[in-house]
Amino acid sequence: MAAFKDAILAGLVAALLALPMLGFHLGDSAQGLQLETHLELVPLAAAIVFAGRLALNLAAPWLAKWKDRAPAGKPKLETGVSRRPLYIGIAMAAAALILPLTPWGDRNILDKATLVLIYVMLGWGLNIVVGLAGLLVLGYAAFYAVGAYAFAILSQMGFSFWQCLPISGAVAALFGLLVGFPVLRLRGDYLAIVTLGFGEIIRVILLNWASFTGGPNGISSIPRPSFFGMPMTASSPGHTTFHEFFDIPFSPVQRIVLLYYVILLLALVTNLVSLRIRRLPVGRAWDALREDEIACRSLGINPTSTKLSAFALGTAFAGFAGCFFATRQGFISPESFSFIESAVILAIVVLGGMGSQTGVVLAAILLVGLPEWFRDLAQYRMIAFGGAMVLIMLWRPKGLLAGRTPTIRLNKGDAA
Amino acid sequence: MNAPLLQVENLTMRFGGLIAINDLSLTARQNEITGIIGPNGAGKTTFFNCVTGFYKPTEGRLTLTPPDGGTWPLQAMQGFRIAKKARVARTFQNIRLFPGMTVLENLLVAQHNRLMAASAFSIAGLFGLKSYRKAEAEAVEKSRQWLARIGLEKSADLPAGSLPYGAQRRLEIARAMCTDPVLLCLDEPAAGLNPKESLELNDLLLDIRQTSKIGLLLIEHDMSVVMKISDHVVVLDYGARIAAGTPEQVRHDPNVIRAYLGADEDEPLPAVVAKDLGEQ
Ligand SMILES: Nc1ncnc2c1ncn2[C@@H]1O[C@H](COP(=O)(O)OP(=O)(O)OP(=O)(O)O)[C@@H](O)[C@H]1O
Ligand SMILES: [Mg+2]
Repeated sequence: MAAFKDAILAGLVAALLALPMLGFHLGDSAQGLQLETHLELVPLAAAIVFAGRLALNLAAPWLAKWKDRAPAGKPKLETGVSRRPLYIGIAMAAAALILPLTPWGDRNILDKATLVLIYVMLGWGLNIVVGLAGLLVLGYAAFYAVGAYAFAILSQMGFSFWQCLPISGAVAALFGLLVGFPVLRLRGDYLAIVTLGFGEIIRVILLNWASFTGGPNGISSIPRPSFFGMPMTASSPGHTTFHEFFDIPFSPVQRIVLLYYVILLLALVTNLVSLRIRRLPVGRAWDALREDEIACRSLGINPTSTKLSAFALGTAFAGFAGCFFATRQGFISPESFSFIESAVILAIVVLGGMGSQTGVVLAAILLVGLPEWFRDLAQYRMIAFGGAMVLIMLWRPKGLLAGRTPTIRLNKGDAA
Repeated sequence: MNAPLLQVENLTMRFGGLIAINDLSLTARQNEITGIIGPNGAGKTTFFNCVTGFYKPTEGRLTLTPPDGGTWPLQAMQGFRIAKKARVARTFQNIRLFPGMTVLENLLVAQHNRLMAASAFSIAGLFGLKSYRKAEAEAVEKSRQWLARIGLEKSADLPAGSLPYGAQRRLEIARAMCTDPVLLCLDEPAAGLNPKESLELNDLLLDIRQTSKIGLLLIEHDMSVVMKISDHVVVLDYGARIAAGTPEQVRHDPNVIRAYLGADEDEPLPAVVAKDLGEQ
């Protein structure tokens, strides 16, 4: 009976909410704006919520039993972690490597895979800062923007993609250091708010410093990457183009394949560096700082420089990704680096399970790949996006693949 | 008499109107265990926080003179520099391990500065150069020896937070020792230990003094630990030194008895307190 009452209450609340949200609608008609009423939607919404709530209430005992059966919320003591994640990782990398050669590797799929890979790389980069060092950064897209604009502006002076790639990373890392130095003494929420503010500042500067950044119009005709100096165009006066050199017919797909491999390479480098650095002294110090900063100081670890190194490394990868983004789009504007970008990247890291490399890939596919494929669903895309996030948080509150693997083992025999 | 290691001169620490440490002077010597006792709130932990740079003393000087030369004015140094350069290590009253990291990782983090230099600030480490691999192997070996010493070799790959309380205390001491300190400050290491573990701890601390030849500062409430293993005891009350000397001298000092009792000097000691002070 309590279940029934609760469901009625939920239905009433839904009706109240639905009345202004669904019941009335401003329509654009020939007579100008007009108020349309859809009162029939209100009881419908209430009925749906009522039924759903009732079902949930009735299923509650069963759900509770199922939850008990599932592994408890606290992390398992990992005594014998298998090497499965490693094999999965290698398999995924191999699959990504041969994708363009397979029948599925058409232009459309490669384009979307490239987009997903950008976010995988950004996720891995942010994971260094958030997952490994435990610094909650909400303005990561700002560093992505810095990398993109660094390349775009330099390219107007005649520099090529490959020349600018390291520069973009270095400039983004420099910005990371500049922002990080004063704010890293803040903790948790405060750091998040300051970096959020920084993200907005960068965007506003990009919008308003029109003489330098092109303002809202952005920067266009950014050069594409070349293949060892050979442009990927149909013809290029004074240069041997890619298809001429290999004596194959020109096809625009070649450029897409090249872009795909470039981002795959960049992402894999990001991954390898983060996997390795976790096992280095600095990586362990990040872990330790996240767990107990006071204990770290008592062991002679400099908290500021250690955190700054995570910041610099993470933002450098954002810079590389930004440089790639600019060359892929050929055009950038401040719109591409709004807060929602930072939020999506952070969501990828958190949903993937902080610190998990494979989790980031899965979350990127889920959050970036699937919405791209379901573009036809138009506005329902975002509902699905939100729904997916809610489901993941219910089902795996610590992220898709949570859990920490030790960086080193003493009793090697016990492992495996 | 051993050479002085830490000289504290007129140390005062104020928190607003509260004087936690009041004009404290004392000397801790190399190769000696200096016990620090006092009632709750006497300022013992605050003293440690001043020595290890977590608090900046309001007044006074703290001078460390390690056996290998040099002098370090601790009152003017930042916390992590005191641990790194002056090599003062400490444990905490409420254990501060890295609970999610494994036991071995805890000990490796303690060797951070040496490993960091060996990894050439991560460059050599990133490329897996031999020089770094060698340094890491040495660090692991050193950790293994410490784990054997505290009987935790089998638990090396378990999260530190999953260890029983007594083991966590020992691990925290081993972690502090892995920084190669010249002065080790222990804040109530026997708190929460059972009598057997407490005895083992005594042996461990005596063993550390014996083999590492370093100075130890030991805050302890458990008189059976302090009185038995300290070479020298300093008694604090309301932030001031009220007595100092060998355990035997301190035990009979009327000021100490009064501080612990809050009673008149000429009243006889209740049996339970006499026992607490180690009186036979
Ligand atoms: N950061 C601080 N701010 C204000 N007061 C402090 C601070 N730290 C310590 N105190 C005060 O200083 C006094 C001494 O505290 P301290 O922790 O040093 O005592 P203690 O001798 O270690 O006691 P216990 O035996 O309970 O550990 C107490 O009155 C305490 O409240
Ligand atoms: Mg204390």
